[in-house]
Amino acid sequence: MSAPSQEANIRRTIRQTVLIVIGMCGFVVALVPLYDLFCEITGLNGKTGGPYTYDAASVQPDTSRLIKVNFITNTNEGMVWDFWPEKGGVRVHPGELKEVNFYVRNPTDKVMIGQAIPSVVPVSAAAYFHKTECFCFNQQVLQPGEEIAMPMRFIVGREVPKTVQSINLSYALFDITETMGDVAVIGGE
Amino acid sequence: MSEVIHADHHDDHHDHGPDKGLARWLFTTNHKDIGTLYLWFSFLMFLIGGVMALVIRAELFQPGLQFVSPEFFNQMTTNHGLIMVFGAIMPAFVGLANWLVPMQVGAPDMALPRMNNLSFWILPFAFGIMISTLFMEGGGPNFGWTFYAPLSTTYAPDSVTFFIFAVHMMGASSIMGSINIIATILNMRAPGMTLMKMPLFVWTWLITAYLLLAVMPVLAGVVTMMLFDIHFGTSFFNAAGGGDPVMFQHIFWFFGHPEVYIMILPAFGVISHIIPAFSRKPLFGYDSMVYAVASIAFLSFIVWAHHMFTVGMPLAGQLFFMYATMLIAVPTGVKVFNWTATMWKGSMTFETPMLFAIAFVILFTIGGFSGLMLAITPADYQYHDTYFVVAHFHYVLVPGALFSIIAAVYFWFPKWTGKMYNETLGKLHFWLSFIGVNVTFFPQHFSGLAGMPRRIPDYALQFADFNMLSSVGAFIFGFSQVFFLYVIIHGIRSGQKASDRAWEGARGLEWTLPSPAPYHSFTHPPQVTDEEAHA
Repeated sequence: MSAPSQEANIRRTIRQTVLIVIGMCGFVVALVPLYDLFCEITGLNGKTGGPYTYDAASVQPDTSRLIKVNFITNTNEGMVWDFWPEKGGVRVHPGELKEVNFYVRNPTDKVMIGQAIPSVVPVSAAAYFHKTECFCFNQQVLQPGEEIAMPMRFIVGREVPKTVQSINLSYALFDITETMGDVAVIGGE
Repeated sequence: MSEVIHADHHDDHHDHGPDKGLARWLFTTNHKDIGTLYLWFSFLMFLIGGVMALVIRAELFQPGLQFVSPEFFNQMTTNHGLIMVFGAIMPAFVGLANWLVPMQVGAPDMALPRMNNLSFWILPFAFGIMISTLFMEGGGPNFGWTFYAPLSTTYAPDSVTFFIFAVHMMGASSIMGSINIIATILNMRAPGMTLMKMPLFVWTWLITAYLLLAVMPVLAGVVTMMLFDIHFGTSFFNAAGGGDPVMFQHIFWFFGHPEVYIMILPAFGVISHIIPAFSRKPLFGYDSMVYAVASIAFLSFIVWAHHMFTVGMPLAGQLFFMYATMLIAVPTGVKVFNWTATMWKGSMTFETPMLFAIAFVILFTIGGFSGLMLAITPADYQYHDTYFVVAHFHYVLVPGALFSIIAAVYFWFPKWTGKMYNETLGKLHFWLSFIGVNVTFFPQHFSGLAGMPRRIPDYALQFADFNMLSSVGAFIFGFSQVFFLYVIIHGIRSGQKASDRAWEGARGLEWTLPSPAPYHSFTHPPQVTDEEAHA
């Protein structure tokens, strides 16, 4: 038996093509974490990282530069909470720790859960915008009529590109009461 | 003695014709039968999608809301797109592949005949499910054929789950069809037919089949993520849960852009057969045609984000996708040049298939040029989501992909049926279609540049004239396709007997068979002569 038969060849082609299909299915599954990783590394999409550990002693603020940080709050469609920052913006030196309060109020007569999603422009600054504490790391459970102040502490990294003179930090607040289900609501009471 | 009888019996069995009645079509494993089924199915879908297009054009004939509600209008635009892309164009090309690939490579049938039957018979069920959603409570898909999340998840009608299931089914059908075509082409070519001697239709389908294998799982993946977001509480595309709606667009267009070429590469193959035949010259630049198709296929994977320039991409990304997109014009230009050079100094005649092929070259090029305009990122900010985009992709899909399918039907009609269609009727069909398609889509360039948005049931008064013209053209085009049905049936019933070669300049193994092609052809592999090879 020198040359493989046509049937054997066809079976080999089927094996190869099925492998391509399986490989591409795996690729799609991998795309989601890859996409997140890509956005996190490049700061594209204005995504900011999770809690940042910061050693105050080791970082000297760069007093030669002053960056304007503006705060924008908005609520997603169907979210009835009031949501506003303590002030519209602050000026900070790179490397300096700042704290700003954000406020939410639940005007309804129901227990509700909210989740804030941050976004930073310009995207070239997103990778240098560090938060040591942020309400966006958790969900907020608010009783009927309750109003709370939520602190957010941040540092603009010293390595932030020279071209960046102002940064807009925007929060979108989502109503996730339904998706979190009854368990979370009971927990809030 | 008994052995001899047995051998005789075996031969009888081998030469049997088709079964009788419905069973022939339900259980057939014959590539010609399955090709016929695909072609008729796609024609039916084409008519259904066409009726939806006419509902759209009737509503847009005048400003204001006349005939349908905005909700139903959205269902019409969505289903028109889905049915034309997945139900008409793609199955028509698979049907052509079934009919032609085995005959063109000198094989007795497809490599996997039973799977072939399965890949076809999935389709009527998939589209039955999809069309049935229109009659469900809450209506059918209404989020555009691109089904962007969260329109297709958070805000979708309940029937979206049926839509997802239908997409899964047609994806499975496409993947099986592709595996079959690849297995046939790679393993069942007649002795002497090397890869670089294959007819171009076979080449283009080989590359298309690989594209399908690569991107159909991506489509399946993205609709599965939608399914999870809708029913299982995940947040792939939901920002509140840490997901990202923009990611939907990236994944969708990673499927969607190669999908665009899946619909045009086999068309390139068809045109590369017809133009040489009626120019009575071999195709100019065969090798460069093959390389051009391969490069277009490669480029199709790295240009997806030009569909979403306005989502807020960094400058580097916009520049990359702009230049990569423009690069596609190079291999495409090579192809258009080669077709033109094939006609150069040929002794040309202008039968119906040739008319459609020449119209393809001209009108597809217009669609290509408007594509180049859209590729320019800053210009795209202006054109994005306007009727200019609608004009662009209809120019490449209707006088592009669809005209090539019609040209192929006329060209191989004598081989399939043994009859010749009526040339006068064919030419009438061509001129009606040609005028109809241009009257419909050319004004849309202008209404788009003037700022008319896509997917709206009502519009500002300033667009009224262009839209009225467009609607008139659409009805001319629509009814001329019903006339096409008449031309085909007339040809089958009372056409003149066609000769084996049918066209003086036709080359290729399929033309060495009798007309109509026997139910079982090339049971013994033919010898590939230089005369019948591509060149």
